[in-house]
Amino acid sequence: MSALSVAVAHRLGAFALDVAFEAPAGVTALFGRSGSGKTTLVNVIAGLLQPREGRVAVGGHLLLDTAGSVAVPRHRRRVGTVFQEGRLFPHLTVRQNLLFGRWFAPRGEPGAEVGAVVEMLGIGPLLGRRPAGLSGGEKQRVAIGRALLAKPRLLLMDEPLSALDDDRKAEILPYIERLRDRAGVPIVYVSHSVAEVARLADTLVVLDAGRVAAAGPAGEVLSRLNVAPLSGARESGAVLEARVAAHDDDFALTTLVTGAGALRVPRVAAPLGTTLRIQIPARDVMLSRDAPRHTSALNVLPATVAEIRPIDAAGATADLRLACGDAVILARITRLSLAEMGLVPGAAVFALVKSVALDPARPPARGGR
Amino acid sequence: MTGWLGPEARDALRLSLLVAATATGASLLPGLAIATLLARGRFPGRMLLDTLVHLPLVLPPVVTGYLLLIVFGRRGIVGGWLADHLGLVLAFRWTGAALACAIMGFPLMVRAMRLSIEGVDRKLEEAAGTLGAGPAAVFALVTLPLVLPGVIAGAILSFARAMGEFGATITFVANIPGETQTLPSAIYTFTQVPGGEGDALRLTLVSVAVSMLALVLSELLARSLKRRLGA
Repeated sequence: MSALSVAVAHRLGAFALDVAFEAPAGVTALFGRSGSGKTTLVNVIAGLLQPREGRVAVGGHLLLDTAGSVAVPRHRRRVGTVFQEGRLFPHLTVRQNLLFGRWFAPRGEPGAEVGAVVEMLGIGPLLGRRPAGLSGGEKQRVAIGRALLAKPRLLLMDEPLSALDDDRKAEILPYIERLRDRAGVPIVYVSHSVAEVARLADTLVVLDAGRVAAAGPAGEVLSRLNVAPLSGARESGAVLEARVAAHDDDFALTTLVTGAGALRVPRVAAPLGTTLRIQIPARDVMLSRDAPRHTSALNVLPATVAEIRPIDAAGATADLRLACGDAVILARITRLSLAEMGLVPGAAVFALVKSVALDPARPPARGGR
Repeated sequence: MTGWLGPEARDALRLSLLVAATATGASLLPGLAIATLLARGRFPGRMLLDTLVHLPLVLPPVVTGYLLLIVFGRRGIVGGWLADHLGLVLAFRWTGAALACAIMGFPLMVRAMRLSIEGVDRKLEEAAGTLGAGPAAVFALVTLPLVLPGVIAGAILSFARAMGEFGATITFVANIPGETQTLPSAIYTFTQVPGGEGDALRLTLVSVAVSMLALVLSELLARSLKRRLGA
């Protein structure tokens, strides 16, 4: 049985939403640019919007079924929601905000412990304060805790980081990772950032103009070419699981073993054996037909061209999907290079990986400002 | 104090405080209900209700008082029923003065509350709903605390209006010392009798002091609430 089952048809002016997907437990990312229907979908799941037609079930509980006239009101859905803007209650302290949902949650049912949540989110020092005095990152951490302590069946996070700058994002992401690994509540995470999705999601549902453009396990979907144009031109890339295999202290390098082969990257502060998720941005993969010698690139992977797709016919670049060991990596090169190198599907190439974006489990930024 | 104000003047002050407090207290719940209805409700007749609530603000107070006399007097439709069934007589009693003051202060109270309710971020109420709070709990735990500054401002405006009400009160319940002679009525009376200037002036000073106290109090309350909300 899937943890989450959603089917929605709705019309808002000229915008039509027609979406259906199933997701297992873990983190399901709803991904797409603004206007793709993400927020409408969130509002339907949370019970803030009644769609024309729809069916929503969470862990076997039917929350909405327009065909069967089921529409559980939002306060009985137990869908803990973390909004983009936090929406903390300004008249209550952080502690009172956190405990708000406890009043209404069914007693005796297992749920997150206040102490554990406070510790996991690093908000102990904030408990006596009021939301007005908190930074953006602190507010979002409190909002996450508040939703979690309402003993939700599903945690719905609607672009919880989009209002924050990069430093604040980096401050919160580790807490959300811990949530994913520890809380045991299925999470729907809405985002338009490839980096966040690549880092957090187990399942990925890509929305485009109100429809599901792709859905499936996150790594697989992210590597598919047709996602690239949806994700904004700069960010697309392959996502790989990587294991920390060796550290080289002399040159401050770490060797990661991935399905595509071994990659050497600047020293990662993670113990041997740790599994990380890395992204290889398509624009940072160069191609060569011959085995390059005397190159500064540390990582040269033999590969075979699997698929070629111009992003748009008038554009300067094309995306290539490369079969590389057991994995697929993406490369973005100019259409001129493509023509000059005479690349066609099946051609053997060497991929020079210039950079690997990995968010190693950096030491969590506790109580950061 | 005893020697400073004459017994009549003291009675008038005491009565005025009682009448104003009763009027304000009795208006709070209906005021909040109607303010919520006007701020949130979409129903036919909303304009009419809005106009009715605001009518006492623009009608001459004498007209309001006379209408009250017709409706709530001993032989009025409502007044007669109240007297026969509940033994509650309003005409020429201090309770009638409280009713007149409540009606005159009502538009001010509703306006302040309504503005405050319209200023509440409904997204906070949605958030409370997703946390499991039903509509009543959302109102009690989120909406009401957030509109509290407006409720207090409305109450203080209504109280101040009641302390100064003259026209409607004197028309509806006359000017009976010890029963319906409120502060403004007493000042008016003192100015009409020879040798009353001293009492008139002293009551005027009291009236100014009470009004200033009310304004200062409301300002302090508003500030402390604002600080709590961090605005």
